Amino acid sequence: MLPALCAIPFAAGLLAFAVRRDGPRRVLLVGAAAAHAALAAAVWLEPPTEATAGAWFALDAAGCLFLGLTSALFLAASVYAVGYLAREGSGRREDFEEGFPFANAPEAVFAGCLLLFLGTMTLVCASQHLGMLWVAVEATTLASAPLIYFHRHRRSLEATWKYLLVCSVGIAVALLGTFLLAVACPGQGDGSPLVLGSLVGAGPALAAPWLKAAFALLLVGYGTKMGLAPFHAWLPDAHSEAPSVVSALLSGALLNCAFLGILRAGQVLGAAGHAAFYRELLVVFGILSMALAAVFIVRQGDYKRMLAYSSVEHMGILALGVGLGGSAVFGALLHAVNHSLTKGALFLVAGNVLAAYRTKSTSEVRGILRTLPLSGVLWVLGFLAVAGSPPFGPFLSELVIFKAAVDGGHLLIAAAYVALLALVFAGMSATVLGMSLGETPEAPGAPARPLRGERLLAVLPPAALAAAVLCLGLHVPGGLAKLLAAAAAVLGGS
Amino acid sequence: MTSLTDLLLVLLVLTGFRLLGLSRLGASIRTAGMQGVLLGLLPLVAGESWPPLRMGLLAGGSMVLKGLVFPWLLFRALREAEVRREIEPFVGFNLSLLAGTLCLGASLWLGGGLPLPGSAPSSLAVPAALFTIFCGLFLIVARKNALNQVVGYLVLENGIYVFGVTAVPHQPLLVELGVLLDVFVAVFVMGITVFHIQRAFDHIDTDQLSSLKD
Repeated sequence: MLPALCAIPFAAGLLAFAVRRDGPRRVLLVGAAAAHAALAAAVWLEPPTEATAGAWFALDAAGCLFLGLTSALFLAASVYAVGYLAREGSGRREDFEEGFPFANAPEAVFAGCLLLFLGTMTLVCASQHLGMLWVAVEATTLASAPLIYFHRHRRSLEATWKYLLVCSVGIAVALLGTFLLAVACPGQGDGSPLVLGSLVGAGPALAAPWLKAAFALLLVGYGTKMGLAPFHAWLPDAHSEAPSVVSALLSGALLNCAFLGILRAGQVLGAAGHAAFYRELLVVFGILSMALAAVFIVRQGDYKRMLAYSSVEHMGILALGVGLGGSAVFGALLHAVNHSLTKGALFLVAGNVLAAYRTKSTSEVRGILRTLPLSGVLWVLGFLAVAGSPPFGPFLSELVIFKAAVDGGHLLIAAAYVALLALVFAGMSATVLGMSLGETPEAPGAPARPLRGERLLAVLPPAALAAAVLCLGLHVPGGLAKLLAAAAAVLGGS
Repeated sequence: MTSLTDLLLVLLVLTGFRLLGLSRLGASIRTAGMQGVLLGLLPLVAGESWPPLRMGLLAGGSMVLKGLVFPWLLFRALREAEVRREIEPFVGFNLSLLAGTLCLGASLWLGGGLPLPGSAPSSLAVPAALFTIFCGLFLIVARKNALNQVVGYLVLENGIYVFGVTAVPHQPLLVELGVLLDVFVAVFVMGITVFHIQRAFDHIDTDQLSSLKD
């Protein structure tokens, strides 16, 4: 099962570079995504087996969870991408912000890199060897950089450069951390010191100073990729300049993969008896990320950047949840699921808004509900979900984390957490309601051509994701709950 | 073989200092290439106990990639660029050398405080690796030119590689090759990006890439 899961996207990705005609290539993209999702669903249905000792690639509960999430989101994104690519067409066009002409990257490169991106993320989820995990995470950066540079103009080039340099340097730091982890492992002569199972098994025998230094470096390295403040510099630029379908994947799938890297390191530290050390660090970075994101979300003038900062905020919530321990770990993992689905839907809808209004400015978009009724409804529902209102999934997971903080006696943290969530809610609601209500502006800043009707391919994928978020808010299916509990138990949660 | 290992590590530190003081881009790229060759020699003298296949593949792989392929890729990007030297870096060249000296001191101090649990091939290994890492980070932060930043990234990776070879001698070969492959693709993609930056902006000064902000 696992070899096929890895092989499908890589083979299809390489094939996509070679296919010359657009139609068959789009079929290949969606077909590969569907096959991957079907296999991932099959893995979900059978309970995750214990990894055989020393295996480099295996799906444990956490890997299985993130793999399924990535695969589902990718399927939605690939269906959306077909409509998006048809809408984009080829040839030179004018940039709507600064008016200079530019062309898109060849569609073969886009589809191929999308599939390779899925393949590298699958590898991240399946890696039990921390060295391979590093190789896979760095590969995700390289596969996704050309995607950000799909619109070949100056702003996306700037974003791509920042993404490449900041993430590559950050991940290089994580490589040093990985090596330190190997140094901390005594008896490294057996040839596989970095397999997760043997590191966890060695537990207290690991050398404490090296172990702590390793975690700090891994946190900085993978934290850069995950978008934790203050290492998030690349994130808003890349998310705002990439095509919306890529932003959805970056935010919903890639950030989770980096988070998985931190979780693996936390698992080792927990087994060695340094849980308090890594949890404190995670709480600090979690609160910091939430606070910084709140500052930038309020009065944000670009709605894609607003969504990007919201991702920083939610990554902060994930770090905070794992840092608090206990039932908050379960809440954090559930929140990862909710956030991915919600943010995926929101970025896809943002793509529809962008295509219709041809501006990313929050002050120039008015009356989405009137001009794009379906996207408008999804936009408002998505906002309510991501800001944590009932009855959507994120409300539930945020509540679990809050309750764990109060039960654990961390009243100050709980108070800060609620205050920051409220601040973000207020900041986003002003922007989103302003964009959704009101009349469509006539002139100036009016759309150059009359708004066209909404296409099914552009509305169905985000609608499906939003429906899943709603269902998760009403009821967490038993299979998912079991998977979450198993993944949380490994991290010392309950 | 300790004295030979020491010699290589000292040479590595000297190439680091040379990079800090260089303003010509071509010379920087060549020096980074020299560093790559030194890195390729390192497993030959430090890894006596390694299986020959692993030693040969790693030595050959890093020498060919870091010594030949990377400089070739970067020189291709440089040919397109108009500039030949970094005129006004964020931190001047004399100040850079001074910072390098401070980094060396810090590396020696840190390396002395963190003795490797196993048997390291040389007591200089950890300080030299740390110095190279600091050197790479410094170049990325202190230089404006995109090519110099790529060189800085390479130097950073070189430093981590030295740490890996000396401190974790029993890395599986597959992981090492995976890391090499990743670094190769990273430099390849960065080279292409620099090429596009040159075409779109007519310069490769990254401090002028500043249209995206809040």
